[in-house]
Amino acid sequence: MHLGAETYPRSTTDPVAGRSVLILGLGNILLQDEGVGVRVVEQLQRQYKISGAVEVLDGGTAGMSLLEHIRNRDHLIVVDAVRTGQAPGTVITLSGEEVPAFFQSRVSPHQMGLADTLAVLDLMGEKPAEVTVIGVEPRDLDVGLELSDLVSTRVDELVIRLVGKLLSLGFEVDTVQQPRRGTA
Amino acid sequence: MTKRITVDPMTRIEGHLRIDCEVDNGKVVKAWSSGQMWRGIELILQGRDPRDAWIFTQRICGVCTTVHAIASVRAVENALALEVPLNAQYIRNMMVLAHGIHDHIVHFYHLSALDWVDIVSALKANPRKTAQLAESLSSWPLNSVHHMEQAQEKLKTFVSSGQLGVFASGYWGHPAMKLSPEVNLLATAHYLQALEYQRKANQIVTILGSKTPHIQNLAVGGVTNAINLDSQSALGMERLFYIKTLMDELGDFINNVYLVDVAAIGAMYADWTKYGSGVTNYLSVPDLPLDTKGTKFELPGGYIESGDLSKFKPITSYQDAYFQKGVKESVKHAWYKGGKGALHPYDGETVPAYTDFQDDGKYSWVKAPTFYDKRAQVGPLANVLCMVAAGHEPTTRYLNKVLAMAGKVAGAQIPVAALHSTIGRHAARAVRTAVFYESLQNQWQLLVNNIAKGDVKTFNRFEFPKSEIRGFGFHEAPRGTLSHWTVIRDGKIVNYQAVVPSTWNAGPRDENDTPGPYEASLVGNPVADPEKPLEVLRTIHSFDPCLACAIHMVDTRNHKEIVKVQAIGSQCGVPF
Repeated sequence: MHLGAETYPRSTTDPVAGRSVLILGLGNILLQDEGVGVRVVEQLQRQYKISGAVEVLDGGTAGMSLLEHIRNRDHLIVVDAVRTGQAPGTVITLSGEEVPAFFQSRVSPHQMGLADTLAVLDLMGEKPAEVTVIGVEPRDLDVGLELSDLVSTRVDELVIRLVGKLLSLGFEVDTVQQPRRGTA
Repeated sequence: MTKRITVDPMTRIEGHLRIDCEVDNGKVVKAWSSGQMWRGIELILQGRDPRDAWIFTQRICGVCTTVHAIASVRAVENALALEVPLNAQYIRNMMVLAHGIHDHIVHFYHLSALDWVDIVSALKANPRKTAQLAESLSSWPLNSVHHMEQAQEKLKTFVSSGQLGVFASGYWGHPAMKLSPEVNLLATAHYLQALEYQRKANQIVTILGSKTPHIQNLAVGGVTNAINLDSQSALGMERLFYIKTLMDELGDFINNVYLVDVAAIGAMYADWTKYGSGVTNYLSVPDLPLDTKGTKFELPGGYIESGDLSKFKPITSYQDAYFQKGVKESVKHAWYKGGKGALHPYDGETVPAYTDFQDDGKYSWVKAPTFYDKRAQVGPLANVLCMVAAGHEPTTRYLNKVLAMAGKVAGAQIPVAALHSTIGRHAARAVRTAVFYESLQNQWQLLVNNIAKGDVKTFNRFEFPKSEIRGFGFHEAPRGTLSHWTVIRDGKIVNYQAVVPSTWNAGPRDENDTPGPYEASLVGNPVADPEKPLEVLRTIHSFDPCLACAIHMVDTRNHKEIVKVQAIGSQCGVPF
């Protein structure tokens, strides 16, 4: 299936294509829902082919080593488990003015988290022009590789939100033909 | 009156490290180090294919990804008695070195310098005087008036935009901040420059490891890099020479900036060579294997008891029985089921048993490791002291260089014994970085020479036996001795234990109730203002705490550092 900008309302504020976008999945896959960001970008990569200057990255739990990937992007889209105090499974998109306030309390002089990395880039004058956070409220954070049933049902929606965001930015997105399962 | 200080979280990553101190007369008299999160990697790995273990272990932590991958493949190779081709050893060694350089630079400039450097004060500095000072210390070309002005301008813009809160260690203007505005500006300028250089080190890891974070090129038995000197898609001359360029640039920064800054700032805080020694039994392992079996290493390691370098005992191979037999872990004060005494990692158990924080009972998720039943400090200081004790020439040379530079600034000779301290850990880390730079050059040359001989092998095949096999893999990681231990039966993991550096240093009291290195190092530490325990942060941050590791969830609710202060003794439990 081909999804083009013509089939999706294009944002009036975002100029088209050629822009450099980073889709960054964050989280620790060893702690169930904490790893949802990584699982979402993995599924995005399995299901869709994205044309243009878009990098999709599994950032794991890294901080400072992401600096290089994030610097000078036009648009950073973070996918992560998010705690806002809402019900587990709630899907959340934040952009524009909501983002800085969102990261305000993330201060880690030891392990530089994303907030610190963005602050450092700001100091250097290399912060992404725009930052969007697409996330979901986690349910289970125990040790384990599987997402909770609740949060795993939200992965499709998160992927679709990402695809929608890319389309609105003017990128072309195609679904990948899934290889057929064995016929045995 | 005795006061109790609780700093939680110590690393500002939610709830990972909590430090409790009892302060009497402006000094710490008793301390507790508590890991606040349970790391259950051991349970995830049981029943899995040992060839996949490294992929999971490098997710334990967001900072030390590469090191857990390396230790894991070494453990499985050790169990299989599997040799690793020379090219694979050199490529792994280069990743280890580049990662270590990256990690140490980031630790000093971006994670701990703000404990010592007051960047708000840097706004008041005279850039010309700053440049004069800098040029008196080093010939670094980026120390000019112009560069200092630029750095001050960037800082001004940033501070005036009201975003300083992001860096809020929050201790600007603290009475324990002693540097002049000019030194603060110089350090700020180098903070910014260090960002450029750390990324060069990270680029080397990315080129060799295919991806950072989380390298992709390891395999039990070698690496997956294809070597073809003429190809652009494999590891060829073009990439190797690009790596060489990056290495050379790193060397300039390490020698002309990092070493100089550590020596100068260390000398200006010379009183901090009196605090923070704690446990002076030092453990480190040899690293950078130079043969396929792991019996020869570029960097030596071993054990030093009671700070006495003349009693150094070397650890010499991947089969080293002295190391293998010496390691145990106690859960007497940790939130796990115990009662069996301290256990060797092959027999280790990880069954959670949470209680509340009990001062004299269980109070941490971190186990307490011992080496021949003694507590040991690990990390760059342990590594540097062991390398010096082993007579490693580059380490001795760089250590003497740093001590001489610091002595010049301080106007007094500084002995090696000054290293047993908070500031000593920073100095040792810088020395180790310089040694790493030389080793990186050497490993690059060894790789190129070996390929030039026509050897392009990077992987050895193997099969798992049906019977039970055991193995351990060690790695001298940026935060110290890391070891992974595994028991395998019929190609499946039966037991897996990771004894990580921060376990050695941050562990709670052990089977004999002896405090761990963090706890011991805080005793005697001054605390000028219990509401702002900057001095406690200084000593703990000097270890480069990294509690395994890294929950990365965004939290919109307010998660500020909690500094609880309460008076104890006669007014036990009453909030102060």
